[in-house]
Amino acid sequence: MRFLLVEDNIQLAKAICSHLLLDGHVVDHADRLSTTADFLATTAYDMILLDIMLPDGDGREFLNRYRASAGEIPVIVLTARSEVSDRVGVLDLGADDYITKPFDFSELEARCRAVLRRHSGGATNIKSFGEVEFDGLSGTITHHRTTTNLRNKELRLLEIFFNVPGQICSKSKLVDRLFSYDEDVSENAIEVYVARLRKHLEGSNVQIITVRGLGYRLSLV
Amino acid sequence: MNGMLKGTGSIRWRLITQLLSGAAILTIILILIVRSFSQQLAEQSQDNILNASLTAILDASSIQQGELTVDIPYSAFSMLSNLSNDRVFYRIDQDGAFLTGYADLPKPKLRATTDTPAFMTSTYQDIEIRMVTATRLLALEGRPIELQASIAQSRNGQAKTLAEISNMVMLFGSGFFVISAIIALLAAQSTVGPLKRLAASVSRRGPHDLRPVTASVPEEMAPLVQSLNQFIQRLDTSLTRSEDFIAEAAHRVRTPLATVRAQAEITLRRVDKDENRATLKEMIRAIDDSSRAAGQLLDHAMVTFRTDHLERSKIDLGALARETVDRLQAVAALKDIVFSYAEIDPTQIFGDAILIQNALQNLLDNAIKYSPMESDISVELTVETPWVTLSICDQGLGFPKTGAESLTERFARGNNVAGIVGSGLGLTIVDEVIQAHGGNLIISNNPNGVGACVSISLPLS
Repeated sequence: MRFLLVEDNIQLAKAICSHLLLDGHVVDHADRLSTTADFLATTAYDMILLDIMLPDGDGREFLNRYRASAGEIPVIVLTARSEVSDRVGVLDLGADDYITKPFDFSELEARCRAVLRRHSGGATNIKSFGEVEFDGLSGTITHHRTTTNLRNKELRLLEIFFNVPGQICSKSKLVDRLFSYDEDVSENAIEVYVARLRKHLEGSNVQIITVRGLGYRLSLV
Repeated sequence: MNGMLKGTGSIRWRLITQLLSGAAILTIILILIVRSFSQQLAEQSQDNILNASLTAILDASSIQQGELTVDIPYSAFSMLSNLSNDRVFYRIDQDGAFLTGYADLPKPKLRATTDTPAFMTSTYQDIEIRMVTATRLLALEGRPIELQASIAQSRNGQAKTLAEISNMVMLFGSGFFVISAIIALLAAQSTVGPLKRLAASVSRRGPHDLRPVTASVPEEMAPLVQSLNQFIQRLDTSLTRSEDFIAEAAHRVRTPLATVRAQAEITLRRVDKDENRATLKEMIRAIDDSSRAAGQLLDHAMVTFRTDHLERSKIDLGALARETVDRLQAVAALKDIVFSYAEIDPTQIFGDAILIQNALQNLLDNAIKYSPMESDISVELTVETPWVTLSICDQGLGFPKTGAESLTERFARGNNVAGIVGSGLGLTIVDEVIQAHGGNLIISNNPNGVGACVSISLPLS
C-alpha cells in the first residue's frame, strides 16, 4: 500500500515511515500542508495519515478543503487530542477514522484495513503463494475454490508469513506483533494460531513449517 | 451559583414602596388641607350669618318714647335656621346689665366694640356654640347708653357639613391613592422590564455562548452591560486560551510519546536478545500507561467542567451506543472480540451527547481491556418507562468480590487487575456523567456466567 504521511514532527514521522516500510508498505512524508498538495498532485495514494497541528495551517481545514475539492483518498487523522468532541469533529469534516497519539501500530493497521474495506466496496488486495490466495483486506484465504474467513489474529499472522515467505519468524517476535503489550502471554500462545492456520491451509501445497528452536516458516510442500 | 448571590431587596418592590409612600403622604396632606380649609370656610360662613343676624338685631333696637326697645326681627333668626336644627341663643345687655335673653350665656372674652364684633367659641348647656358679640351706642335723653348684644348658635350643622366634606375628601383621597398605586406598579414594571429582559437574554444562553450582549437597554444600564460584555470577552479569551493550552499540552506530550513508542516498536522488531526485548516491552507499557493517564485526566477535567453546564439536547441512546461500538470495532478485533448488539427502536434521552459518548467509550474501553481473547461483549438496551438501561457485559475477570462499590472513586482499581494498564479514572468519569444526568451506574458480575456487567440507567425524555 502507498501511504502519504503528513506530520511535522520529524522524529515521529521517521519512526512511522520505518514501521510502515518494515511492514512492506510504501510511504511518502510531507512535513507541511504546502508539500502535501504537491505530493497529492503527482502520486496516487491508498491512504493519507494526517496530523492536525501543522506549521503552515490546521490539518482539519486542509481536510475540509480536500474533501470539498472532491479528493477521495481515505484519510485517517492522527490526533494528539483525546477529547471525544475533537475526534468527532474530524469525522464530520470528512476523515474516515482517527487514531490518538501515541498509538499501537497494530491498531493503526486494523483501522487502515477497516477503512480500506469500507472504501474499496468489494475490491481485493490479493497476495498469492503457491496455490493459496490471501486477501488481507477482506481477511480470506482461497485454495481449490474454497474460501475461508480468517479471524483477526489469524489474518495478521498469515499476513506476516505472506510478507516474508520462506523466511523464519521467531515465536517471540510473532507474539510481539500479535498481542498487545499489556497482555502477558506465553510464547506458546502462538501455537494455537499456527495450528488453526495449518488447518485452513490443509489440502494446499502451502504449509507452515516449525523450525525447531527458531520459529516458523511459510513454505511450499 | 445563584444561591451565593446575596439579594439586597428587589428594585421593583423598593420602587413600589417609595412611590406608594409618596402617594400616601400626598393623600394625607391633601385630606388635611381640604378639611381645615373647609372648616375655616364653614366657620367663616357661620360667623358671617351670626354677624348679619346680630347686625339686624342691633339695627332693630331703637329709643322709642324715651325707652330702649329691642325688637328682635324675625329675619334675624330665620337666617340662622337650617336643616340641622341648630339651637340659637341670645342675650342683650344694657350698660353691662342683663336686659333680655339667656342670662347665663357666657360673656365674650374680648371686649367688643361698635366697629369690630368679637367672636368666640364656647360651651353652653353642654353644647359647643359659636357666639358673636357687638355693641352699639344709643342716645337716651341726651345720655349715651351702651347696648351689647350676643347671639350664639350651636355647631351641629357645621359639624355635619364638615363630616360630609370629610367623607368626600376621604373618598377622593382613596381614589387618588389607588390611581397612584396603579401608576406606581406600572412605573416599577417599566423600569424593571429592561433589567428583566437583560437577565433573561443572558440566562437563556448556553454555557458556550460567549457573544457580547446586544439587547437594547436604557442609558443607565449601558455601563453595566458594557462591563458585562468586557467580562464575557475576557472569559472567552481565557477559555479559548486554556482550551488551546490543553490541546497544545496534549500535543506536546503525546507527540514525543508517540515517537518513543513507534521507535520502541521498531527496535523490538529488530532486536533478538530476550532481555532487551523485555525492557522494550516494559517501556512501551509505561508509555501506554502515561498517555492513558494523561488522556483520562484531561477527559476527567472536561467532564467536571461540563457536568456543571450540561449542554443537553435530544439524543438517541441506541444510535449513540451503536456509533461508539462501531468506532471501537477495530480495537476489539485486535483481540478477536466480537460485539453482540441487539437492534432496538430509537430511544430518546435528554442529555449531553459528548459526555454520554465519553462515558460509553470508557465503559466499552474497559470491557475490551478486561476481556480475554476471542470472547464476546454484549451491549443491550432495555426500556422500562421512565428508565432506559444500557448494559455492557464481558466475559473477563469480573469485578472483585469485595470492594466493587469503591471502584467509582478516583484512582481506585480492582485488586485483580494487576498487569493491565489503567488509570483508575474510567469508572469515575462514567459515574460523574451518569449522576449529572440523574441516572444510575450499577456494576455487578454477570449472573449467568463469567465476566462483569456494567449498567447505566438514564431517564427517558
